[in-house]
Amino acid sequence: MNTFNRGVLENNPAWAQLLGLCPLLAVSNSVVNALGLALASGFVLLGSNITISLLRHRIPDVARLPCFVLIIATFTTITVMVLEAFAFTLYLRIALFVQIIVTNCMILGRAEAFASRQPVGAAVLDALGTAVGFAIALLILGGVREILGYGTLLREMDLLFGPAASSWVIDLTSTAPLPLALFPPGAFLLAGLLFALVQGLAKFLTPPARDLNAVPAKTIDYEK
Amino acid sequence: MTDLSLILLGALLVNNFVLAQFLGLCPFMGITKSYDTAFATGLATTFVLSLAAVSTHILYNGVLLPLGLEYLRIILFIVVIAGLVQLVQVYLRASSPVLQQLLGVYLPLITSNCAVLGVSLLAIGQDLSLLQTLFYAIGAAAGFTLVMVLFGAMREQLQQSNLPDAFKGTPIALISAGLMSLAFMGFQGLIV
Repeated sequence: MNTFNRGVLENNPAWAQLLGLCPLLAVSNSVVNALGLALASGFVLLGSNITISLLRHRIPDVARLPCFVLIIATFTTITVMVLEAFAFTLYLRIALFVQIIVTNCMILGRAEAFASRQPVGAAVLDALGTAVGFAIALLILGGVREILGYGTLLREMDLLFGPAASSWVIDLTSTAPLPLALFPPGAFLLAGLLFALVQGLAKFLTPPARDLNAVPAKTIDYEK
Repeated sequence: MTDLSLILLGALLVNNFVLAQFLGLCPFMGITKSYDTAFATGLATTFVLSLAAVSTHILYNGVLLPLGLEYLRIILFIVVIAGLVQLVQVYLRASSPVLQQLLGVYLPLITSNCAVLGVSLLAIGQDLSLLQTLFYAIGAAAGFTLVMVLFGAMREQLQQSNLPDAFKGTPIALISAGLMSLAFMGFQGLIV
């Protein structure tokens, strides 16, 4: 359980490690888009973590990164094909960002830092934790932007859950309070405010005692 | 000629890849802490991005499309990009130690820059010709470099400013990027 919690809160891929920022900002303009991408990246993360963990003794150390990338690319292709078959309208909206899941440093980071040296069970928990953490960030930002940009919540859920779900929409205001939220500047501004909120809250709460045996978080330092 | 310049300007300013299409945000947030590194990364990315867009275009239209294997594009493109990055590295080491020293450390990171894969996929989605793809890639890469350098210069100032604790670091960087993106929205009037 510790592995799971770490991915959701302490090492949340979005606000603690700043990974997967491109899809986070790009598809969070409504809850349904955000949920679609969260499910897609969650599936790729889970599949690649399991495969890499199973193959961890067979992948030669020198060629591990190309192997990981190929495994992730395979699962991304599967996701693209499944979405094309079952949620085509939604796929067309988020197509580019589903395809570039393969370059999402969050997934490669988990493969390298965790799945390649842990048994399958732990790798599954780690993938689920990270996926849930990413999904929470996506859904919060998606919800806020949808409320501000459209004045609704859960609109067009039928794209993902079939025609019955089109009645899930909750109308909050008749006019959109802040249409800017749907445009790129709105994404940057709201994400900035959200991260500031998280950072502010983290300052208030006393940091929990760190587990000394914890696997150190893989942070990708571009300056090195 | 006009359509080529329109493609170039469109990718450079109007649909700027970082500020309007959210591609390449990892290096945008990660490396732009100083002006010099931002510029070097921009140069290295420009180089690889143009090469990658052209070679993926040739491979897609020459191999995948005739064989009906379009669904393999993601796997093929990521291999091509990773291979190109390696090739460029080997070539630079042998031919130009100065450039190698300038760009060397930033090159391997380009493989995981989603802008490179994104541009290749977008160019194919729009059915651009080879020449148009080249201009599109150069425009996209130049736009990336421009924004990286502008933002790098801005962040050097931000580091010295007195901010509330909650906004230090990433939050204020995202908010400044938002204001910059707002300014770039003004370019949409440029091409009607």
